Amino acid sequence: MTPEEKRSLQLTAVSVREGILTSTHGAKAGHPGGSLSSADMFTYLYFKEMRVDPGNPRWEGRDRFVLSKGHTAPGLYSALAQRGFFPVEDLPTLRHIDSYLQGHPNMNTVPGVDMSTGSLGQGISAAAGMAKGAKFLNKDVNVYALLGDGELAEGQVWEAVMFAAHYKLDNLCVIVDINGLQIDGRTSDVMNTEPVDAKFAAFGCDVVKIDGHDFGQMESAFARFHANQGGGRPTCILMKTTKGKGVSYMEDNAGWHGKAPNDEEYAKGMAELAGARRALEV
Amino acid sequence: MADVKKIATRDSYGSALKELGATAENLVVLDADLAGATKTATFQKAYPERHFDCGIAEANMTGVAAGLATMGLVPFASTFAMFAAGRAFEQVRNTIGYPHLNVKIGATHGGISVGEDGASHQCCEDFALMRSIPGMTVMCPADDVEARQMVKAAYEMEGPVYMRFGRAATPVFHSEDFKFEIGKGEVLRDGTDAAIIANGIMVPEAIEAGNMLAEAGIQVRVINMATIKPLDEELVLKAARECGKLVTVEEHSVIGGLGEAVCALVSEKSPVPVKRVGVNDEFGHSGPAAALLAQFGLCADNIVKQTKALLGK
Repeated sequence: MTPEEKRSLQLTAVSVREGILTSTHGAKAGHPGGSLSSADMFTYLYFKEMRVDPGNPRWEGRDRFVLSKGHTAPGLYSALAQRGFFPVEDLPTLRHIDSYLQGHPNMNTVPGVDMSTGSLGQGISAAAGMAKGAKFLNKDVNVYALLGDGELAEGQVWEAVMFAAHYKLDNLCVIVDINGLQIDGRTSDVMNTEPVDAKFAAFGCDVVKIDGHDFGQMESAFARFHANQGGGRPTCILMKTTKGKGVSYMEDNAGWHGKAPNDEEYAKGMAELAGARRALEV
Repeated sequence: MADVKKIATRDSYGSALKELGATAENLVVLDADLAGATKTATFQKAYPERHFDCGIAEANMTGVAAGLATMGLVPFASTFAMFAAGRAFEQVRNTIGYPHLNVKIGATHGGISVGEDGASHQCCEDFALMRSIPGMTVMCPADDVEARQMVKAAYEMEGPVYMRFGRAATPVFHSEDFKFEIGKGEVLRDGTDAAIIANGIMVPEAIEAGNMLAEAGIQVRVINMATIKPLDEELVLKAARECGKLVTVEEHSVIGGLGEAVCALVSEKSPVPVKRVGVNDEFGHSGPAAALLAQFGLCADNIVKQTKALLGK
C-alpha cells in the first residue's frame, strides 16, 4: 500500500466516523462505540477490498458483506453512504419513523445491505449460507462477516464456524472486532470469550491477528484470505480495536455502546474529527 | 377405511423433493442429521451434491438457508417440527421472515402422532409460532397426494413457507387428479347443520365423523383447510353463514392454531359458536400414535361427540 493510498483511506475513515456521529446524533440513539471501533474495517472493506457497484447494489457478481453485529449499523450505513450507495445527507434520518435507515440493517430498505441482521449470532450463519451458495453455483464471490467479541458468546456462532470449516468455505472471511467491551462491561468480566484465536483455530479456521486500526495490516490479512482460496479453510481475522476509536470521550468506554451524543458532545466529537482530517491533509 | 392405502406425509415430502429435483436445478435441501427420518434422504440419494447436512444445529441451518436463498437458490430446510419451529423460531423470524426470503421449511414429526418419543418431540405449537410471523405461509397437508402437490406449490411461490408433515402412515383419500392450491380450502362433504374444518391427519377423521353424523341424521359440511395462513376466509365465512356452527379439528394445541385462526375470523366478521378440537393446553406423552390420538380426542368418535354437543344433541 502506498503512503498516498493509506492516507486516502485514513481520510475516508474520518468521513465514515463523522457519519457515525451525525447519524446517531440525528437519531438521538444508536450504537456509536462499536461503529467507531469497526470504522476503519468498514472503510477498508468498501473502499479497497470488496467488489461492489454502488450504481447496482444487487449486482449478482458482487462480494457480500454481513454485519453480524447488526447494532453497529451506523458504521455500515456511513461507509455505504460515503461509497455512494445512498446520499450522505440521509444519515441523520437514522432510526426516524419515516426513514429507510432502520435501527438495524434491513436488506430490503437500505441499498447495499446484503442481509438483515440485528439478532446476534445469526448473521454469520447467513454469511456461511451465502459462501456455500457461491461455491455451489461456482461463482467467484467472497463473503465477509463482521462479528463483535461479545457476540461470540452466542452458541450459533460456533455452529456456523463448524459448518464453514466442514464445507471448506475458503471464500468466507470471518472478522471479529475485539474491542473488549460489551453492554454490561468488559467482555473479560461479563463472559470471557478468550482465547478467541485458539477457539477459531480449533474450529478449523486460518486465524490472522491484526491491529484493527492499521490499514497496512488489513491489507496483509486480506492477502492471506485470498491466498487461502483453494485451500479449503475459512479465514478468521481477529482485529484488536478500541471501542469509540477517534472520539476521545467515547474511547474504551462501555457507556458509549448504545448511547447517542448530545449537541455539545456531538460538536466536540466533530471538532476532534476535523482536527484528525487537518492532520492528514498537512 | 380398512383397505385404504396409507402413506406418511413425510414420505410424500421426500418423494416430492426427489421428483422436483429432476427439473428444479436451483432446489437444494438442508437437513440437521435427520435425513433418514425427515425422508430428505430420498432426495439425497438422487442428488447428493444438492443435499447439505448441517449436523445437529438447527439454528445455523436456518440462517444458512437464508444465505442460500439470497444467492438465488431455493432451499428446503428440514428437521422435526419441534426444532424447525420451536428451537429455531427466532432465526426463522429474524433471518427468514423479516427479510422475507425464499426459504421453504419442511417440518416433519408434527403433533402427538410422533408417538413413542414422547412430549419432548411432539410439537403441538408450530402452527401458532409460524403463523405469528408476518408474511409466512403455513400449511399442513391431509394426505400423500396433497403433500406432494403442496411441496411443488411451495417451490413455485416466492416467499417463506412452513409446511408440517406427519410421521405416521395415514389414509390417502385424494385421487391423483386433485388440484391443490395454496390458500384454498376444500369442501369434502356438504351439509348445513354444522361445518367441521380440519387439517392434516385429522381430515380423514373428520370425513369419518361426517359419515357417522349422517347416519344419525346430522348433515355436516367437512372442510380440509390445508393452508392455515393465509386462511381461506371466504370459505370459512361461507360455512359460518350457511351452517351456523363450526367445529375445528387439528393435531395441534387449541392455542394459536387453526381453531384460533377460525375463531379470530368469525368473531370479527360473522360470529357463530365454534368448538375447537385439538390438544388442550397440555403436553403429550409416550405411546403408540393411534392410541395417543384416541386418548387426546383426536379421532372421529370425539369429533362426533363434540359436534353433537355443539348442536345440543
